[in-house]
Amino acid sequence: MFAIECHEVSKSFSDGFWWSKNRKVLKAVDKVSFQVAKGEVFGLLGTNGSGKSTLIRMLSTLLLPDSGTIRIMGLNIAEHPMAVREQINRVSVEAAFFKKLSAWENLSYSARLYGIHPGRNRERIAEILKRLGLPENKLDESIEDMSRGMQQKVAIARALIAVPPVLLLDEPTTGLDPVSKREVRSFIKEVRQDHATSILLTTHDMQEAEDLCDRIAVMSDGRLVQVGTLDTLRNLVLKPAEDKNTLGLEEIFFRLTGKSIYEEGMSHVS
Amino acid sequence: MFHSRRLKIGGMRELYAVMAFVERQFNLCKRYLGWEIVFLFYTVINTLTIAFIAVGMQKQGHAINPDYVFYLVIGALMWGFLGIIFHEISNSITWERWEGTIEQTFMAPIQRLTHLGGVCSFAVLYGLLRTIIVLVAITCFFGMGLPKANYAGAFLILGAASLSFVGLGLMAAILPLLSPEKGSQATHIMEGVLLLVSGIYYPVTALPEWLQGFAVISPATYALDGVRKALLEGATVSELLPTAAILVLMSLVFIPLGLGIFHLAETYAKRAGLLKRNG
Ligand SMILES: Nc1ncnc2c1ncn2[C@@H]1O[C@H](COP(=O)(O)OP(=O)(O)OP(=O)(O)O)[C@@H](O)[C@H]1O
Ligand SMILES: [Mg+2]
Repeated sequence: MFAIECHEVSKSFSDGFWWSKNRKVLKAVDKVSFQVAKGEVFGLLGTNGSGKSTLIRMLSTLLLPDSGTIRIMGLNIAEHPMAVREQINRVSVEAAFFKKLSAWENLSYSARLYGIHPGRNRERIAEILKRLGLPENKLDESIEDMSRGMQQKVAIARALIAVPPVLLLDEPTTGLDPVSKREVRSFIKEVRQDHATSILLTTHDMQEAEDLCDRIAVMSDGRLVQVGTLDTLRNLVLKPAEDKNTLGLEEIFFRLTGKSIYEEGMSHVS
Repeated sequence: MFHSRRLKIGGMRELYAVMAFVERQFNLCKRYLGWEIVFLFYTVINTLTIAFIAVGMQKQGHAINPDYVFYLVIGALMWGFLGIIFHEISNSITWERWEGTIEQTFMAPIQRLTHLGGVCSFAVLYGLLRTIIVLVAITCFFGMGLPKANYAGAFLILGAASLSFVGLGLMAAILPLLSPEKGSQATHIMEGVLLLVSGIYYPVTALPEWLQGFAVISPATYALDGVRKALLEGATVSELLPTAAILVLMSLVFIPLGLGIFHLAETYAKRAGLLKRNG
């Protein structure tokens, strides 16, 4: 059984009303298939607008796919959304909180939703935050007074309170300083080691992808271009007589997609 | 490294989640305590203004029932109570849409009934509390109470009415789900219709006949009728039971209907990708 299994998953968005003549339909995710093994860290790379977050939203039951099937821990997401929700949590780029409430109030709200008594687990929650480099005295500070990086750390802690078997991390380190990035990265490794958590990770940080991911999927314009270990991908694009060790992920990405990872995605509008 | 003791899925777990919503709404309320007081003050002023309509008519020589002041006050209070339930429910959705937490809430392993039940429980408690404070303020202001009032009966009716109001609130809550910018304001339209047809400041018989039909299907009509009988005429609990029964029956229609409509709207939002704010 796989932790995550996607089969021919597609999602389009349209703007304007269906009767409107110049209504545009945009294929955000186009027949994507892949599997993530249990305990694997699976990286999803792609330029802006290539469909990574859309895919993650479908895995999180927040967006219904137009076609295709998704299974999480063997459970079909369309048939058992509630059981799937029990298995997952997500960290999004934009840490969403009740900004007027304190970090603790936000976390205890989340904990309760997952059947966890916040009061009895306060120490444990504080421990997670400390591991992420956020001191305990920050817990009672209101979210709006926190820097973006601190908010992101609270968001990561929130996703981990219930220790879900599947973690969806949508650019968890974007906007963090180098030290915080390192802290988050080593925390992700630790979580995976201790709990055999299966992790789907998107990032624009090539070094992070190289460091964390067992396998990497390259997305471009809603389609999955290649999937494989760093070595497999490297061998695919290696030119004759080229030194393997000088070929970084950034260049591999460019050769696979014909685009720079930093490029704004072309709109693939039909 | 760490482990968590999670409750098993089931009734206890859902009850626990109801608490999450009540606590969250309470915390948000606490954060705006100053504003709460300002708005409470405004509600008192507003209710007084309406009460003075009756006083003014007496001064102008119209022969009116002395109970008329409280007839209007009860209308204003009930209108306020209904409004609070509506706004608390729809604001809870609007708020989550603004903050972006709606995705977090919608991907949690809890039933929608639990989510909305939690929000509604808070709305009803909060509405009752505010209504009682305003009633006390008004009675103090006029220095006269309700000598015949049967408060237990009034609570019975309010409790039964809350259930139907919650059903209507759920229907109103789909508006901010679909549009956080305009949806919240649009709930005023539903309220306005209820205000018009339910006999809040005048007997239903004052309406043209074709509108009276709508009064029959508005729970507010029965709620007002019951509360007025309890507070002004001192109707006993057993006399009020039929009215309470109608309200409960209505809630048996409105709550499932509200949940059903909310579910449809949620599915539509998930298909069209409306839940996302950014990222
Ligand atoms: N809810 C939505 N409604 C309409 N269009 C959407 C919606 N969500 C995503 N899109 C569009 O789908 C495409 C893919 O977006 P998505 O957010 O999945 O990209 P991404 O790979 O996560 O990009 P980034 O690296 O910038 O986060 C984009 O063109 C985006 O505008
Ligand atoms: Mg994204």
